[in-house]
Amino acid sequence: METILEIKNISKRYDDITVFEKISLTVKRGEVVVIVGPSGCGKSTLLRCINSLEDIQEGEILLDGVVINPTSKDLSQVREKIGMVFQSYDLFPHLTILQNLMLAPLKVKKADKKETKKEALELLDRVGLLSKKDSYPRQLSGGQKQRVAIVRALMMHPEILLFDEITAALDPEMVKEVLDVVLSLAREGRTMVIVTHEMQFARAAADRMVFIDGATIVEEGDAKEFFDDPKTDRLRKFLRSFSYD
Amino acid sequence: MGFEVLAKGNNAMRLLEGLGVAMRISLISVVISIVLGVILGVLVELKRPFIMAFFRVYLEIVRIMPQMVLLFIVYFGTTKALGLNLSAEAASIIVFSFWGAAEMADLVRGALGGIPVIQYESAASLGLTRIQTYRYVIVPQIVRRMIPLSINLITRMIKTTSLVMMIGIVEVLKVGQQIIEANRKSSPNAAFGIFATVFLLYFLACWPISQLAKYLEKKWEN
Ligand SMILES: Nc1ncnc2c1ncn2[C@@H]1O[C@H](COP(=O)(O)OP(=O)(O)OP(=O)(O)O)[C@@H](O)[C@H]1O
Ligand SMILES: [Mg+2]
Repeated sequence: METILEIKNISKRYDDITVFEKISLTVKRGEVVVIVGPSGCGKSTLLRCINSLEDIQEGEILLDGVVINPTSKDLSQVREKIGMVFQSYDLFPHLTILQNLMLAPLKVKKADKKETKKEALELLDRVGLLSKKDSYPRQLSGGQKQRVAIVRALMMHPEILLFDEITAALDPEMVKEVLDVVLSLAREGRTMVIVTHEMQFARAAADRMVFIDGATIVEEGDAKEFFDDPKTDRLRKFLRSFSYD
Repeated sequence: MGFEVLAKGNNAMRLLEGLGVAMRISLISVVISIVLGVILGVLVELKRPFIMAFFRVYLEIVRIMPQMVLLFIVYFGTTKALGLNLSAEAASIIVFSFWGAAEMADLVRGALGGIPVIQYESAASLGLTRIQTYRYVIVPQIVRRMIPLSINLITRMIKTTSLVMMIGIVEVLKVGQQIIEANRKSSPNAAFGIFATVFLLYFLACWPISQLAKYLEKKWEN
Protein backbone atom coordinates (compact mmCIF):
# COMPACT_ATOMS: atom_id res chain seq x y z
CA MET A 1 0.00 0.00 0.00
CA GLU A 2 1.16 3.53 -0.71
CA THR A 3 2.82 5.58 1.99
CA ILE A 4 1.04 8.77 3.02
CA LEU A 5 3.13 10.02 5.88
CA GLU A 6 6.79 9.50 6.35
CA ILE A 7 8.60 10.71 9.43
CA LYS A 8 12.34 10.38 8.97
CA ASN A 9 14.73 10.58 11.90
CA ILE A 10 13.20 13.65 13.47
CA SER A 11 14.47 15.18 16.68
CA LYS A 12 12.67 17.76 18.76
CA ARG A 13 14.26 19.85 21.49
CA TYR A 14 13.19 22.72 23.69
CA ASP A 15 16.27 24.57 24.89
CA ASP A 16 17.67 21.93 27.21
CA ILE A 17 14.98 19.23 27.02
CA THR A 18 15.05 16.65 24.28
CA VAL A 19 11.47 15.59 23.65
CA PHE A 20 12.44 12.94 21.13
CA GLU A 21 15.56 11.88 19.34
CA LYS A 22 15.66 10.49 15.80
CA ILE A 23 12.16 9.10 15.64
CA SER A 24 10.97 7.48 12.40
CA LEU A 25 7.46 6.38 11.57
CA THR A 26 5.64 5.56 8.36
CA VAL A 27 1.90 5.58 7.87
CA LYS A 28 0.29 3.92 4.88
CA ARG A 29 -3.02 4.78 3.28
CA GLY A 30 -5.92 3.39 5.27
CA GLU A 31 -3.79 2.54 8.25
CA VAL A 32 -4.74 3.36 11.83
CA VAL A 33 -1.70 3.96 13.99
CA VAL A 34 -2.26 4.37 17.71
CA ILE A 35 0.46 5.98 19.80
CA VAL A 36 0.64 5.36 23.53
CA GLY A 37 3.18 6.24 26.18
CA PRO A 38 3.54 7.78 29.61
CA SER A 39 2.50 11.36 30.19
CA GLY A 40 5.06 13.86 28.95
CA CYS A 41 6.79 11.44 26.56
CA GLY A 42 6.06 13.70 23.62
CA LYS A 43 2.96 12.24 21.97
CA SER A 44 1.25 15.59 21.55
CA THR A 45 4.47 17.16 20.40
CA LEU A 46 4.86 14.49 17.72
CA LEU A 47 1.38 15.16 16.33
CA ARG A 48 2.02 18.89 16.46
CA CYS A 49 5.24 18.43 14.51
CA ILE A 50 3.38 16.47 11.84
CA ASN A 51 1.04 19.40 11.45
CA SER A 52 3.92 21.89 11.56
CA LEU A 53 2.58 23.58 14.66
CA GLU A 54 6.07 22.90 16.05
CA ASP A 55 9.38 23.00 14.26
CA ILE A 56 11.86 20.13 14.36
CA GLN A 57 15.58 20.34 14.87
CA GLU A 58 16.58 17.36 12.76
CA GLY A 59 15.15 15.04 10.15
CA GLU A 60 12.17 15.59 7.88
CA ILE A 61 8.48 14.89 7.57
CA LEU A 62 6.93 14.06 4.21
CA LEU A 63 3.27 14.04 3.34
CA ASP A 64 2.58 12.42 -0.03
CA GLY A 65 6.29 12.66 -0.67
CA VAL A 66 6.42 16.43 -0.10
CA VAL A 67 8.50 17.82 2.76
CA ILE A 68 6.51 19.83 5.26
CA ASN A 69 7.84 22.28 7.83
CA PRO A 70 6.62 25.46 9.52
CA THR A 71 8.39 27.65 6.98
CA SER A 72 6.87 26.00 3.90
CA LYS A 73 5.29 28.61 1.67
CA ASP A 74 2.26 26.45 0.98
CA LEU A 75 1.78 25.41 4.58
CA SER A 76 -1.96 26.10 4.47
CA GLN A 77 -2.39 23.78 1.51
CA VAL A 78 -0.48 21.04 3.28
CA ARG A 79 -2.53 21.48 6.42
CA GLU A 80 -5.74 21.14 4.45
CA LYS A 81 -4.75 17.54 3.91
CA ILE A 82 -4.21 16.93 7.60
CA GLY A 83 -7.22 16.93 9.89
CA MET A 84 -6.47 17.48 13.54
CA VAL A 85 -8.60 17.28 16.67
CA PHE A 86 -7.16 18.43 19.97
CA GLN A 87 -7.76 17.40 23.55
CA SER A 88 -9.18 20.76 24.61
CA TYR A 89 -12.37 21.96 22.98
CA ASP A 90 -11.46 24.18 20.12
CA LEU A 91 -14.65 24.98 18.23
CA PHE A 92 -15.03 28.61 17.25
CA PRO A 93 -17.30 30.03 19.97
CA HIS A 94 -18.76 32.87 17.91
CA LEU A 95 -20.03 30.57 15.15
CA THR A 96 -22.91 28.11 15.15
CA ILE A 97 -22.16 24.43 14.71
CA LEU A 98 -23.04 24.58 11.04
CA GLN A 99 -20.90 27.69 10.54
CA ASN A 100 -18.02 25.98 12.35
CA LEU A 101 -18.24 23.12 9.88
CA MET A 102 -18.58 25.29 6.79
CA LEU A 103 -15.97 27.98 7.49
CA ALA A 104 -12.85 26.19 6.27
CA PRO A 105 -14.40 24.49 3.21
CA LEU A 106 -15.88 27.79 2.04
CA LYS A 107 -12.93 30.04 2.77
CA VAL A 108 -10.00 27.71 2.20
CA LYS A 109 -11.30 25.35 -0.46
CA LYS A 110 -13.73 27.90 -1.94
CA ALA A 111 -16.22 25.05 -2.05
CA ASP A 112 -19.78 25.40 -3.27
CA LYS A 113 -22.01 26.61 -0.47
CA LYS A 114 -24.97 24.36 -1.14
CA GLU A 115 -22.87 21.25 -1.49
CA THR A 116 -20.91 22.09 1.63
CA LYS A 117 -24.04 22.59 3.66
CA LYS A 118 -25.49 19.33 2.43
CA GLU A 119 -22.35 17.48 3.39
CA ALA A 120 -22.19 19.17 6.79
CA LEU A 121 -25.75 18.15 7.56
CA GLU A 122 -25.13 14.57 6.46
CA LEU A 123 -22.07 14.28 8.64
CA LEU A 124 -23.82 15.88 11.59
CA ASP A 125 -26.62 13.39 11.18
CA ARG A 126 -24.11 10.60 11.13
CA VAL A 127 -22.70 11.60 14.51
CA GLY A 128 -26.21 12.12 15.86
CA LEU A 129 -26.07 15.90 16.15
CA LEU A 130 -28.26 17.13 13.33
CA SER A 131 -30.58 18.85 15.80
CA LYS A 132 -27.64 20.95 17.05
CA LYS A 133 -26.82 22.53 13.72
CA ASP A 134 -27.88 26.02 14.77
CA SER A 135 -26.63 25.81 18.34
CA TYR A 136 -23.48 27.52 19.56
CA PRO A 137 -20.59 25.47 20.96
CA ARG A 138 -21.28 26.64 24.51
CA GLN A 139 -24.67 24.93 24.32
CA LEU A 140 -23.08 21.53 23.69
CA SER A 141 -21.66 18.96 26.08
CA GLY A 142 -17.98 18.07 25.88
CA GLY A 143 -18.70 14.85 24.03
CA GLN A 144 -20.90 16.64 21.53
CA LYS A 145 -18.24 19.29 20.97
CA GLN A 146 -15.62 16.68 20.23
CA ARG A 147 -17.91 14.92 17.75
CA VAL A 148 -18.43 18.26 16.00
CA ALA A 149 -14.66 18.86 16.03
CA ILE A 150 -14.18 15.50 14.29
CA VAL A 151 -16.79 16.39 11.69
CA ARG A 152 -15.15 19.79 11.20
CA ALA A 153 -11.88 18.03 10.38
CA LEU A 154 -13.66 15.62 8.02
CA MET A 155 -15.25 18.48 6.12
CA MET A 156 -11.86 19.28 4.59
CA HIS A 157 -11.56 15.74 3.16
CA PRO A 158 -8.17 15.25 4.78
CA GLU A 159 -5.89 12.46 3.71
CA ILE A 160 -4.90 11.80 7.25
CA LEU A 161 -6.48 12.50 10.63
CA LEU A 162 -4.54 13.26 13.80
CA PHE A 163 -6.39 12.81 17.10
CA ASP A 164 -4.65 13.93 20.27
CA GLU A 165 -6.33 12.42 23.33
CA ILE A 166 -9.65 13.72 22.17
CA THR A 167 -11.49 12.09 25.07
CA ALA A 168 -9.06 12.98 27.85
CA ALA A 169 -11.01 16.04 29.00
CA LEU A 170 -14.40 14.31 28.87
CA ASP A 171 -16.58 12.93 31.61
CA PRO A 172 -16.38 9.13 31.51
CA GLU A 173 -19.92 8.65 30.27
CA MET A 174 -19.17 10.72 27.18
CA VAL A 175 -16.01 8.93 26.14
CA LYS A 176 -17.76 6.12 24.31
CA GLU A 177 -19.96 8.32 22.11
CA VAL A 178 -16.82 9.98 20.78
CA LEU A 179 -14.70 6.85 20.43
CA ASP A 180 -17.55 5.13 18.58
CA VAL A 181 -17.30 7.82 15.93
CA VAL A 182 -13.54 7.31 15.67
CA LEU A 183 -13.99 3.53 15.43
CA SER A 184 -16.47 3.88 12.62
CA LEU A 185 -13.97 6.07 10.78
CA ALA A 186 -11.32 3.42 11.32
CA ARG A 187 -13.62 0.76 9.89
CA GLU A 188 -14.32 2.78 6.77
CA GLY A 189 -10.61 2.85 6.04
CA ARG A 190 -9.56 6.36 7.04
CA THR A 191 -5.89 6.97 7.62
CA MET A 192 -5.41 8.04 11.21
CA VAL A 193 -2.77 8.66 13.84
CA ILE A 194 -4.38 8.51 17.26
CA VAL A 195 -2.92 9.33 20.65
CA THR A 196 -4.97 7.89 23.48
CA HIS A 197 -4.92 6.48 26.98
CA GLU A 198 -7.96 4.28 26.28
CA MET A 199 -6.31 0.89 25.86
CA GLN A 200 -9.45 -1.07 25.00
CA PHE A 201 -10.25 1.40 22.31
CA ALA A 202 -6.66 1.31 21.04
CA ARG A 203 -6.85 -2.43 20.70
CA ALA A 204 -10.13 -2.24 18.81
CA ALA A 205 -9.09 0.55 16.47
CA ALA A 206 -5.40 0.07 15.79
CA ASP A 207 -3.79 -1.62 12.84
CA ARG A 208 -0.48 -0.79 14.38
CA MET A 209 0.54 0.27 17.88
CA VAL A 210 3.46 2.52 18.73
CA PHE A 211 4.88 2.90 22.22
CA ILE A 212 6.96 6.00 22.90
CA ASP A 213 9.04 6.38 26.03
CA GLY A 214 12.28 8.14 26.88
CA ALA A 215 12.46 10.15 23.64
CA THR A 216 12.29 7.12 21.35
CA ILE A 217 9.92 4.58 19.92
CA VAL A 218 10.47 1.66 22.24
CA GLU A 219 8.22 -0.84 20.56
CA GLU A 220 5.82 -0.99 17.66
CA GLY A 221 3.82 -3.73 16.07
CA ASP A 222 0.38 -5.00 15.23
CA ALA A 223 -2.21 -4.50 17.90
CA LYS A 224 -2.74 -8.10 18.94
CA GLU A 225 0.93 -8.87 19.44
CA PHE A 226 1.54 -5.50 21.10
CA PHE A 227 -0.99 -6.12 23.82
CA ASP A 228 -0.78 -9.88 24.21
CA ASP A 229 2.90 -10.42 23.75
CA PRO A 230 4.92 -7.26 24.45
CA LYS A 231 8.60 -7.68 23.68
CA THR A 232 10.14 -5.08 26.00
CA ASP A 233 10.02 -4.73 29.75
CA ARG A 234 9.16 -1.09 29.48
CA LEU A 235 6.04 -1.80 27.45
CA ARG A 236 5.04 -4.66 29.77
CA LYS A 237 5.35 -2.33 32.71
CA PHE A 238 3.45 0.42 30.94
CA LEU A 239 0.59 -1.91 29.99
CA ARG A 240 0.42 -3.30 33.51
CA SER A 241 -0.20 0.21 34.82
CA PHE A 242 -3.62 0.09 33.14
CA SER A 243 -4.86 -3.09 34.80
CA TYR A 244 -6.11 -3.47 38.32
CA ASP A 245 -5.35 -7.09 39.11
CA MET B 1 -38.92 74.86 40.42
CA GLY B 2 -36.62 76.93 38.30
CA PHE B 3 -37.48 75.41 34.96
CA GLU B 4 -39.01 78.64 33.76
CA VAL B 5 -35.59 80.13 33.00
CA LEU B 6 -35.30 77.63 30.18
CA ALA B 7 -38.08 79.38 28.35
CA LYS B 8 -36.38 82.75 28.71
CA GLY B 9 -34.58 84.15 25.71
CA ASN B 10 -32.52 81.51 23.96
CA ASN B 11 -31.47 79.71 27.13
CA ALA B 12 -32.69 76.27 26.01
CA MET B 13 -30.92 76.68 22.70
CA ARG B 14 -27.72 77.69 24.44
CA LEU B 15 -27.83 74.62 26.65
CA LEU B 16 -28.26 72.40 23.62
CA GLU B 17 -25.37 74.12 21.90
CA GLY B 18 -23.32 73.50 25.03
CA LEU B 19 -24.23 69.84 24.81
CA GLY B 20 -23.17 69.94 21.18
CA VAL B 21 -19.70 71.17 22.17
CA ALA B 22 -19.39 68.41 24.78
CA MET B 23 -20.46 65.84 22.20
CA ARG B 24 -18.04 67.15 19.61
CA ILE B 25 -15.12 66.95 22.02
CA SER B 26 -16.04 63.44 23.13
CA LEU B 27 -16.72 62.16 19.63
CA ILE B 28 -13.39 63.36 18.24
CA SER B 29 -11.54 62.03 21.29
CA VAL B 30 -13.33 58.69 21.09
CA VAL B 31 -12.38 58.23 17.45
CA ILE B 32 -8.76 59.12 18.12
CA SER B 33 -8.72 56.87 21.20
CA ILE B 34 -10.07 53.90 19.31
CA VAL B 35 -7.58 54.22 16.48
CA LEU B 36 -4.55 54.80 18.72
CA GLY B 37 -5.79 52.32 21.33
CA VAL B 38 -6.19 49.49 18.86
CA ILE B 39 -2.74 50.09 17.40
CA LEU B 40 -1.13 50.34 20.83
CA GLY B 41 -3.04 47.33 22.19
CA VAL B 42 -1.84 45.15 19.34
CA LEU B 43 1.73 46.40 19.81
CA VAL B 44 1.59 45.57 23.52
CA GLU B 45 0.30 42.07 22.76
CA LEU B 46 3.46 41.46 20.74
CA LYS B 47 5.03 41.36 24.19
CA ARG B 48 8.20 43.29 23.41
CA PRO B 49 9.63 44.23 26.84
CA PHE B 50 10.25 47.87 25.90
CA ILE B 51 6.72 48.45 24.61
CA MET B 52 5.24 46.68 27.60
CA ALA B 53 7.22 48.78 30.08
CA PHE B 54 6.31 51.97 28.27
CA PHE B 55 2.66 50.99 28.24
CA ARG B 56 2.60 50.13 31.93
CA VAL B 57 3.97 53.54 32.87
CA TYR B 58 1.61 55.30 30.47
CA LEU B 59 -1.45 53.46 31.79
CA GLU B 60 -0.41 54.09 35.36
CA ILE B 61 -0.06 57.84 34.74
CA VAL B 62 -3.45 57.99 33.07
CA ARG B 63 -5.09 56.13 35.92
CA ILE B 64 -3.43 57.98 38.76
CA MET B 65 -3.78 61.52 37.43
CA PRO B 66 -7.20 63.09 37.71
CA GLN B 67 -8.34 64.18 34.26
CA MET B 68 -8.63 67.70 35.54
CA VAL B 69 -4.97 67.84 36.45
CA LEU B 70 -4.10 66.57 33.00
CA LEU B 71 -6.33 69.23 31.51
CA PHE B 72 -4.60 71.97 33.48
CA ILE B 73 -1.17 70.64 32.64
CA VAL B 74 -1.87 70.47 28.95
CA TYR B 75 -3.85 73.69 28.65
CA PHE B 76 -1.99 76.04 30.94
CA GLY B 77 1.27 74.13 30.86
CA THR B 78 1.68 74.21 27.09
CA THR B 79 0.53 77.78 26.69
CA LYS B 80 2.72 79.06 29.52
CA ALA B 81 5.72 76.84 29.44
CA LEU B 82 6.00 76.06 25.76
CA GLY B 83 4.53 79.28 24.53
CA LEU B 84 2.14 77.35 22.29
CA ASN B 85 -1.23 78.83 21.69
CA LEU B 86 -3.38 75.78 22.14
CA SER B 87 -7.12 76.31 22.04
CA ALA B 88 -9.03 75.00 25.03
CA GLU B 89 -10.89 72.58 22.81
CA ALA B 90 -7.71 71.19 21.29
CA ALA B 91 -6.25 70.80 24.78
CA SER B 92 -9.27 68.84 25.94
CA ILE B 93 -9.21 66.61 22.90
CA ILE B 94 -5.53 65.87 23.55
CA VAL B 95 -6.22 65.01 27.19
CA PHE B 96 -9.24 62.86 26.46
CA SER B 97 -7.45 61.02 23.68
CA PHE B 98 -4.39 60.53 25.87
CA TRP B 99 -6.64 58.98 28.48
CA GLY B 100 -8.96 57.09 26.11
CA ALA B 101 -6.14 55.59 24.06
CA ALA B 102 -4.56 54.10 27.17
CA GLU B 103 -7.82 52.58 28.38
CA MET B 104 -8.73 51.37 24.93
CA ALA B 105 -5.31 49.80 24.45
CA ASP B 106 -5.76 47.99 27.73
CA LEU B 107 -9.12 46.64 26.55
CA VAL B 108 -7.64 45.48 23.25
CA ARG B 109 -4.71 43.87 25.02
CA GLY B 110 -7.05 42.05 27.38
CA ALA B 111 -9.33 40.86 24.60
CA LEU B 112 -6.42 39.67 22.45
CA GLY B 113 -4.72 37.92 25.34
CA GLY B 114 -7.97 36.23 26.28
CA ILE B 115 -8.19 34.30 23.01
CA PRO B 116 -6.79 30.82 23.70
CA VAL B 117 -3.82 29.72 21.58
CA ILE B 118 -5.83 26.68 20.51
CA GLN B 119 -8.13 28.97 18.53
CA TYR B 120 -5.20 30.05 16.35
CA GLU B 121 -3.93 26.48 16.11
CA SER B 122 -7.19 24.83 15.19
CA ALA B 123 -7.82 27.49 12.56
CA ALA B 124 -4.33 26.90 11.19
CA SER B 125 -4.80 23.14 11.12
CA LEU B 126 -7.96 23.59 9.08
CA GLY B 127 -5.79 25.27 6.47
CA LEU B 128 -6.77 28.87 7.16
CA THR B 129 -3.97 31.30 6.41
CA ARG B 130 -2.85 33.77 9.05
CA ILE B 131 -4.93 36.51 7.54
CA GLN B 132 -8.00 34.30 7.27
CA THR B 133 -7.52 33.19 10.85
CA TYR B 134 -7.58 36.79 12.04
CA ARG B 135 -10.41 37.78 9.76
CA TYR B 136 -12.82 34.94 10.44
CA VAL B 137 -11.81 33.59 13.83
CA ILE B 138 -9.86 36.02 16.00
CA VAL B 139 -11.12 39.49 15.15
CA PRO B 140 -14.84 38.60 15.38
CA GLN B 141 -14.24 37.20 18.84
CA ILE B 142 -12.28 40.27 19.89
CA VAL B 143 -14.91 42.65 18.56
CA ARG B 144 -17.58 40.81 20.50
CA ARG B 145 -15.58 41.12 23.68
CA MET B 146 -14.54 44.70 23.04
CA ILE B 147 -17.68 46.49 21.97
CA PRO B 148 -19.59 46.43 25.26
CA LEU B 149 -16.46 47.43 27.16
CA SER B 150 -15.54 50.23 24.80
CA ILE B 151 -19.06 51.61 24.88
CA ASN B 152 -18.71 51.77 28.62
CA LEU B 153 -15.52 53.76 28.14
CA ILE B 154 -17.20 56.05 25.64
CA THR B 155 -19.99 56.96 28.05
CA ARG B 156 -17.40 57.65 30.71
CA MET B 157 -15.63 59.96 28.30
CA ILE B 158 -18.83 61.81 27.46
CA LYS B 159 -19.58 62.34 31.12
CA THR B 160 -16.09 63.54 31.86
CA THR B 161 -16.33 66.27 29.24
CA SER B 162 -18.17 68.24 31.92
CA LEU B 163 -14.70 68.94 33.28
CA VAL B 164 -13.64 70.99 30.29
CA MET B 165 -15.53 74.01 31.54
CA MET B 166 -12.70 74.31 34.03
CA ILE B 167 -10.49 75.59 31.25
CA GLY B 168 -13.14 77.90 29.94
CA ILE B 169 -14.82 75.82 27.29
CA VAL B 170 -18.45 76.73 27.05
CA GLU B 171 -20.12 73.37 27.14
CA VAL B 172 -23.42 72.37 28.63
CA LEU B 173 -22.49 72.62 32.30
CA LYS B 174 -20.82 76.01 31.82
CA VAL B 175 -23.82 77.36 29.93
CA GLY B 176 -25.98 76.11 32.77
CA GLN B 177 -23.92 78.01 35.31
CA GLN B 178 -24.01 81.16 33.21
CA ILE B 179 -27.79 80.96 33.01
CA ILE B 180 -28.04 80.44 36.75
CA GLU B 181 -25.79 83.43 37.37
CA ALA B 182 -27.65 85.69 34.99
CA ASN B 183 -30.99 84.85 36.58
CA ARG B 184 -29.93 84.87 40.22
CA LYS B 185 -32.36 87.73 40.95
CA SER B 186 -35.34 86.90 38.81
CA SER B 187 -35.47 83.14 39.43
CA PRO B 188 -33.49 82.09 42.49
CA ASN B 189 -34.49 78.46 41.95
CA ALA B 190 -32.87 78.31 38.52
CA ALA B 191 -30.06 76.11 39.85
CA PHE B 192 -32.35 73.17 40.38
CA GLY B 193 -34.10 73.48 37.03
CA ILE B 194 -30.89 73.95 35.12
CA PHE B 195 -28.94 71.15 36.77
CA ALA B 196 -31.89 68.81 36.38
CA THR B 197 -31.96 69.68 32.69
CA VAL B 198 -28.21 69.19 32.35
CA PHE B 199 -28.57 65.84 34.06
CA LEU B 200 -31.33 64.92 31.65
CA LEU B 201 -29.22 65.96 28.65
CA TYR B 202 -26.27 63.83 29.74
CA PHE B 203 -28.63 60.99 30.45
CA LEU B 204 -30.18 61.27 26.99
CA ALA B 205 -26.72 61.23 25.43
CA CYS B 206 -25.39 58.25 27.36
CA TRP B 207 -28.43 56.08 27.97
CA PRO B 208 -29.00 54.84 24.39
CA ILE B 209 -25.30 54.03 24.14
CA SER B 210 -25.24 51.96 27.30
CA GLN B 211 -28.48 50.22 26.27
CA LEU B 212 -26.79 49.27 23.01
CA ALA B 213 -23.87 47.89 25.01
CA LYS B 214 -26.21 45.76 27.11
CA TYR B 215 -28.01 44.50 24.04
CA LEU B 216 -24.77 43.52 22.28
CA GLU B 217 -23.40 41.91 25.40
CA LYS B 218 -26.47 39.72 25.64
CA LYS B 219 -26.50 38.91 21.99
CA TRP B 220 -22.87 37.84 21.94
CA GLU B 221 -22.46 36.12 25.26
CA ASN B 222 -20.46 32.95 24.88
N1 LIG C 1 6.51 24.88 24.68
C1 LIG C 1 7.25 24.02 25.41
N2 LIG C 1 8.39 24.44 25.99
C2 LIG C 1 9.16 23.59 26.71
N3 LIG C 1 8.87 22.29 26.91
C3 LIG C 1 7.74 21.81 26.36
C4 LIG C 1 6.87 22.64 25.58
N4 LIG C 1 5.83 21.88 25.17
C5 LIG C 1 6.04 20.66 25.66
N5 LIG C 1 7.19 20.60 26.37
C6 LIG C 1 7.74 19.40 27.02
O1 LIG C 1 7.83 18.39 26.08
C7 LIG C 1 7.53 17.14 26.65
C8 LIG C 1 6.49 16.42 25.85
O2 LIG C 1 5.24 17.07 25.98
P1 LIG C 1 3.93 16.48 25.31
O3 LIG C 1 2.83 17.43 25.61
O4 LIG C 1 4.20 16.20 23.89
O5 LIG C 1 3.71 15.12 26.09
P2 LIG C 1 2.53 14.07 25.94
O6 LIG C 1 3.13 12.76 25.67
O7 LIG C 1 1.51 14.56 25.00
O8 LIG C 1 1.93 14.06 27.42
P3 LIG C 1 0.42 13.83 27.90
O9 LIG C 1 0.15 12.38 27.83
O10 LIG C 1 0.43 14.32 29.32
O11 LIG C 1 -0.44 14.64 27.01
C9 LIG C 1 7.12 17.42 28.09
O12 LIG C 1 8.21 17.11 28.92
C10 LIG C 1 6.84 18.88 28.11
O13 LIG C 1 7.16 19.41 29.36
MG1 LIG D 1 -0.49 15.25 25.20
